[in-house]
Amino acid sequence: MHWFDDWALTLAVFIPLVGLAAVLFIPRAHEQAIKTTALVASLATLAVGVGILADFNYSQGGKLQFIVDKSWIPLIKARYHMGVDGISLPLLILSMLMVVLCIIYSWNHFPEPHNPKAFLALILLLAVGMNGTFVAQDLILFFVFFEIVLLPMFFMIGVWGGPNRQYAAIKFFLFTLFGSALMLVSFLAIFFLSKHQTFQMPQLAQFGGSGIASGTQALVFGGLFLGFAIKVPMFPFHTWLPDAHTEAPTVGSVLLAAILLKLGAYGFIRIALPILPAAARAWAPWIGLLAVIAIIYGALCCLAQRDMKRLIAFSSVSHMGFVMLGIATLTSFGINAAVFGMVAHGLITGLLFFVAGSVQERYKTREMNRLGGLLTQAPKLGWILGFTVMASLGLPGLAGFWGEFPAILSAYNPAKLTQGLFNGDQLLTFRVYLVVAAIGTVLAAGYLLWMLQRVAFGAVKAEFENVHIHDVHVSEWIAWVPLLLLIVALGIYPNLIFHITHGAVSNVSKVFGG
Amino acid sequence: MNPHVDFHAFAPEIVLTVTIVAVLIADLFTDDSKLPARIAALGVLGSLVPVLTLAVDGQTRSLFGGAFVVDPFSLVLTGFFLVAGYVTLLLSFDYIGEGDYYQGEFYVLLLTSLLGMIVISSARDLISIFVALETITIPTFVLAGWRKHDTKSNEASLKYFLIGVLSSAVMLYGMSLVFGLANSTVLVDIHKYASGHTPALFAVAVFLTLVGFAFKVSAVPFHFWAPDTYEGAPTPVTAFLSVASKAGGFVALLTIVRLGFFPSGNSWQPILWVLAAASMTLGNLAALRQTNIVRMLAYSSIAQGGFILVPLAVAGDVRGNAAWQAVVIYILIYGAMNLGAFAAVIAAARRTRSAEISRLAGFGRTNPAIAVMFSVFLFSLAGIPPLAGWFAKFVMFRAVFDANTTVAVVLGVIAAVNSVIAFFYYSGVVRRLWFDEPAAGVELSSPRLPVGLSAAMGLMTAVILVVGVYPQFFARLGEIAFQRG
Repeated sequence: MHWFDDWALTLAVFIPLVGLAAVLFIPRAHEQAIKTTALVASLATLAVGVGILADFNYSQGGKLQFIVDKSWIPLIKARYHMGVDGISLPLLILSMLMVVLCIIYSWNHFPEPHNPKAFLALILLLAVGMNGTFVAQDLILFFVFFEIVLLPMFFMIGVWGGPNRQYAAIKFFLFTLFGSALMLVSFLAIFFLSKHQTFQMPQLAQFGGSGIASGTQALVFGGLFLGFAIKVPMFPFHTWLPDAHTEAPTVGSVLLAAILLKLGAYGFIRIALPILPAAARAWAPWIGLLAVIAIIYGALCCLAQRDMKRLIAFSSVSHMGFVMLGIATLTSFGINAAVFGMVAHGLITGLLFFVAGSVQERYKTREMNRLGGLLTQAPKLGWILGFTVMASLGLPGLAGFWGEFPAILSAYNPAKLTQGLFNGDQLLTFRVYLVVAAIGTVLAAGYLLWMLQRVAFGAVKAEFENVHIHDVHVSEWIAWVPLLLLIVALGIYPNLIFHITHGAVSNVSKVFGG
Repeated sequence: MNPHVDFHAFAPEIVLTVTIVAVLIADLFTDDSKLPARIAALGVLGSLVPVLTLAVDGQTRSLFGGAFVVDPFSLVLTGFFLVAGYVTLLLSFDYIGEGDYYQGEFYVLLLTSLLGMIVISSARDLISIFVALETITIPTFVLAGWRKHDTKSNEASLKYFLIGVLSSAVMLYGMSLVFGLANSTVLVDIHKYASGHTPALFAVAVFLTLVGFAFKVSAVPFHFWAPDTYEGAPTPVTAFLSVASKAGGFVALLTIVRLGFFPSGNSWQPILWVLAAASMTLGNLAALRQTNIVRMLAYSSIAQGGFILVPLAVAGDVRGNAAWQAVVIYILIYGAMNLGAFAAVIAAARRTRSAEISRLAGFGRTNPAIAVMFSVFLFSLAGIPPLAGWFAKFVMFRAVFDANTTVAVVLGVIAAVNSVIAFFYYSGVVRRLWFDEPAAGVELSSPRLPVGLSAAMGLMTAVILVVGVYPQFFARLGEIAFQRG
């Protein structure tokens, strides 16, 4: 299918935009038409995704496929250059799937002030940015898609969010804007420092930073690091996350956790490591250090939360710590685990936020002190929460395990770095990280089970005794079943992902000898 | 002696001059209040025709011993000024028509100022630049005081007049020194003179000339007339002042620096560096504190002017034409977004009857279409992709990195910090529009907006979105402007 090869990625990125335009032209009163249009657009995008999955050459997972490379802004040598390889593919599909599920979930409960037209338009715009970021192969194109995501999320939090929404929205935007300004500066520096003066990622990766003095390289990497680390978010740049998550409407939280956080980690794997490998070696121990701090700090913060969503938000900080630890080892093993971890975290935490949203909708509160006995009032919802909690804490047999466990294990034997902590002993450094991260999993089990116990177990609190709590709705079932199935499927047969990522990841890690 | 005059080269100016006369006559002999406006709009569009034929012809035409040159640069900017002038007319129709003002005179003055702008894009010697600059400025003194029963408008006009005359005097003094030293007013000759060894007096001459320009483009510390004038003047005039008239100053500055002073980098680079850094920083910090939307946009345009100065300030170290291209591209994009922002201010003020930012609370709920476009303009000014403003900022940063000197990078850092500060006040307005509960007393979607105003907003939104997604449209214009014809 020659035609499909050329157009698949353009369609994947711009079908949501067409849907957005269509939604804007339907009058506000025709709610049903607006919802159907948005759903059709997202389903069409997912269909393109399925087509890409079917047509992808898995034996050549390391090679960019479905390449589009057209002139875009010749003046600055930026090109409309897109392609997918084994690292992009799972994340791209995840993003397409989550958008469909979010639209289905919203079907009958749009948060106040309602207005499905604007809400769905923003989700579709978000889809353009997310899909585009995962397939862009030009730094400027990447930057534009990376930024497109900001506006819809800003409005989603600010208009449909909780009581403290203005503060959360502006904090989210300012943090990310600051990071992306530095990221852009680094992109420009890479452009002018590299011999060929190009923004094309494949060429830059081939070039691998040769000819750039190591001091300069470390500085440029610093800019990229801040841009991506704020998005991940890594400790100590995570403070926007709990506020944004807590205030955002359910669907906003889901997309934020499932996809937006991945943009940062993806940036590390796609851009920072291959283009500036020498600097990556120098920075790796510090990235690893921040990663394990995030694991422990996030977990401890979880133990101090009373708000269910805030707890899940901090658990994201902790889980993304495992992803970053995997990346920091610079090994094939670690980066594979990181990509798997991203997908698993997207599915699991996405589902957790969905459930938290549904709990809030029913009880009008997320205070865990006031909740309890969900299993007696809405047993199905309670069991789904229980299942997701098990997946999140890394129970073997479910998806979460294959993100965390190999990431921890990879720290046993990192790639050769330029330095380490503890008198430069990098092996020791990473083995200490390993132990700390392992303790993190125990804490994770602690806070997650604690949340489950407070929300689902025990007796119903007096104030909700006579309140009718509806069990899982149809739209909720439709939105959640794919996630439940995928969590089980990936848990039982993790090779579904590793098989795709392996080739592409070894392209990244071979520079580091891993 | 009867010099040969190439009338084709002059055609845009001729069409516009004929239009001015026609508007004046029409105003004298008819009572139809709409006729002058129609003639003015038609004339501006008519002037675009010879611009196109000249562009198709593609030949560089040099007249009057090199004092007036029609080349790709002048055509691109003439086109820009005419389009900006047309959009200003769209904004003015109902504003001026409803206000019981003297309509005919308004359009005559506006078009005269516009005539100065299209001359300035082709002017290549000190005298023609100065005359064109005064042709731009003098009608706007009167326009700023158009609401003559409003004391604020009177103050605006008087302040603008006094500062304008002062700056002209300073600039003229500087130019006379340049002439005394270089023995010529033609920029090409000044360029030759500046390539050699220049005395200290030349630096003084350059300094005074640039200070004059700093007043015209309201660069800090010569900016203090701008907020009061912008607030007092009728809003369409403010839009015109902040976009077209300001761009006129920048075009002249670019021409003088590029074709005249360029070889003597030490005399002009430090001055522009200080102006750029001060304008960005003070403009943004002052904008943060504003409660009136017009004053906020006034300070924001001072800050944006600082961003435009950045590539100029580092131009000496930039390879090829990247710095000049950055300036032209920035001006084009800035024009679209600032005209749009003022159009939205006018539209919003028709509903809220106020220019206070607090009165915009919840405007997005009551008037979603205006609020969406307003947000597009504000976020574009803040430089958020995929709106055109990102590309303007990008080419500016690119010039800074191309120069790659310590002073350039320091200026780049100042610019980067400022773009984050700027985001804060632009988003502050957006927050009012969308996140706040509607204020009482805001009229709902009726009465309908004037067609001209809606068209202007729609057009600018389209330009911003299209250029944001496919910046090559304007990038190409920037490229063409500096090709050898």
